[in-house]
Amino acid sequence: MSNDKAVLAYTLRLADNTLILAQRMVELVAAEPELEEELANANFALDYIGQARMLYSYAGELEGKGRSEDDFAFMRDEHEFANLLLVEQPNGHFGDALIRQFLFDAFYVHQLEALARCSDARFREFAARAVKEVRYHLRHCSQWLVRLGDGTQFSHDRVQTSLDDAWRYTGEMFASDETDRAVQDCINGPDLEEIRPLWRRDVEEVISRATLSVPSDDWMASGGKQGRHSEYLGYLLAEMQYLQRSFPGASW
Amino acid sequence: MYTQGLDQAGKDRRIAAETEELLSAFQRRVDAEEKIEAKDWMPEAYRKTLIRQISQHAHSEIIGMQPEGNWLTRAPSLKRKAILLAKVQDEAGHGLYLYSAAETLGVSRDQMVADLLSGKAKYSSIFNYPTLTWADIGAIGWLVDGAAIMNQIPLCRCSYGPYARAMVRVCKEESFHQRQGFDIMNALCRGTAAQKAMAQDALNRWWWPSLMMFGPNDSESKHSAQSMAWKIKRFSNDELRQKFVDVTVQQADFLGLSVPDPDLRFDEDTGHYKFGEINWQELFDVIAGNGPCNKQRLEKRQKAHSDGAWVREAAQAYASKQSARVAA
Repeated sequence: MSNDKAVLAYTLRLADNTLILAQRMVELVAAEPELEEELANANFALDYIGQARMLYSYAGELEGKGRSEDDFAFMRDEHEFANLLLVEQPNGHFGDALIRQFLFDAFYVHQLEALARCSDARFREFAARAVKEVRYHLRHCSQWLVRLGDGTQFSHDRVQTSLDDAWRYTGEMFASDETDRAVQDCINGPDLEEIRPLWRRDVEEVISRATLSVPSDDWMASGGKQGRHSEYLGYLLAEMQYLQRSFPGASW
Repeated sequence: MYTQGLDQAGKDRRIAAETEELLSAFQRRVDAEEKIEAKDWMPEAYRKTLIRQISQHAHSEIIGMQPEGNWLTRAPSLKRKAILLAKVQDEAGHGLYLYSAAETLGVSRDQMVADLLSGKAKYSSIFNYPTLTWADIGAIGWLVDGAAIMNQIPLCRCSYGPYARAMVRVCKEESFHQRQGFDIMNALCRGTAAQKAMAQDALNRWWWPSLMMFGPNDSESKHSAQSMAWKIKRFSNDELRQKFVDVTVQQADFLGLSVPDPDLRFDEDTGHYKFGEINWQELFDVIAGNGPCNKQRLEKRQKAHSDGAWVREAAQAYASKQSARVAA
């Protein structure tokens, strides 16, 4: 894989993670347990949409074929999306959505910190801005996780199940492939083996404060980064892309 | 209206304490355009009117998130998705300020939310109409937020300080909302024939309900006279409706859309547009619960509240444990 191609593929992975997670969060508007959480959820989703837009625009420039941010978001098919399986998982209840964002942000924050030190100026600029947003998201999620874990017996058990169920999607974050290695080599990109223990340390610290147990590393799902998704993504895209697909060429 | 519905002993005592002297001193302050603040003396009926109005306004913001939220997952571009999400977030924020403004009058947010969920409290009937196409998001911003601004700008000068101050910020954001709605309509009207048809259809469905947002005709409006005297309200329903029609018809012309009113015409003598008779029965039906989405909107709110109960309980339990730990 050429270096340029790897950077493009990596940019789309980053962009797809943020867009697909944002789309899931947008589904939760007007369904949050408190008004204050409506504000927080919308705010975080806005951050991710903003990040996705910056990344898709960069991908368009890297590719040089004139594709816009909306072409990437609305005109690609399921197998062309390279997001982690974790972020496409359905919302479930408040604890499920919280765990999904917590596990992802705990990884993403380190990924961004590494990108802020890489040799690609655009990634550095992007990561320096995004990492501030994601650190705040992670703090918010961690505080809620502690409240749910150390709240009532019911909330403790419920969020433990959420954690156990989502855990199988965390292995994929660290499963390095050709694109990850090429980005690491050519632009001094994130080293997943370095991030793994940092993620583990941060996640375990919050899980412990939340009086929850760290699930065991049994079977791990994978495939999202390579475009092999769960059944859920097709429905998400069908809904998200419907207007662009129904009115080809229209501008909005 | 002072004695209307005030049948509890406590309230009777408070009303009995409302001497002529107190009432006329209060009215003098209002007439002098002084702001009434939370801890100031005020007639019980003034307090009650404001609680009703501010809480209804807050509820409208919260319920209003639903028809627009209906298109968040399907917004046609990332830019439109971000703008719409920011707008819906503003509405949650408006709900929050307004509940806080109402709380200064001695009612709790929990009580107001309970009244909304039980169906006792009202919210703006406009949100009981469905958003069927993307153009409805444009029409809501353009017409519904446009009508809301006409209603709300005078509230920035309302005699009750906390409400007036909350409205200053709300109005600034509403004016962005109105522009984003017009911008959506403009893009559709400059687009393909199918897009323009979508815009026209949305105007056809939202025009009359938007005119109803100003409330009944002045002759039928039961709270108006007292609210005007208290300077809670500054202009009558019919004055505001006329102002809205005058502005909006010209915008529709600019867009190349036709207003769905065969009686609409410009009156050279008055300089205003004359418009056809509003179907008031429709408004009364929707207020009585018989609109296309009343049941759906309320059920969604109730479900969010009950689905979230375990989360609120957990937060409460954690907070109690934390205070116990600090005390120990």
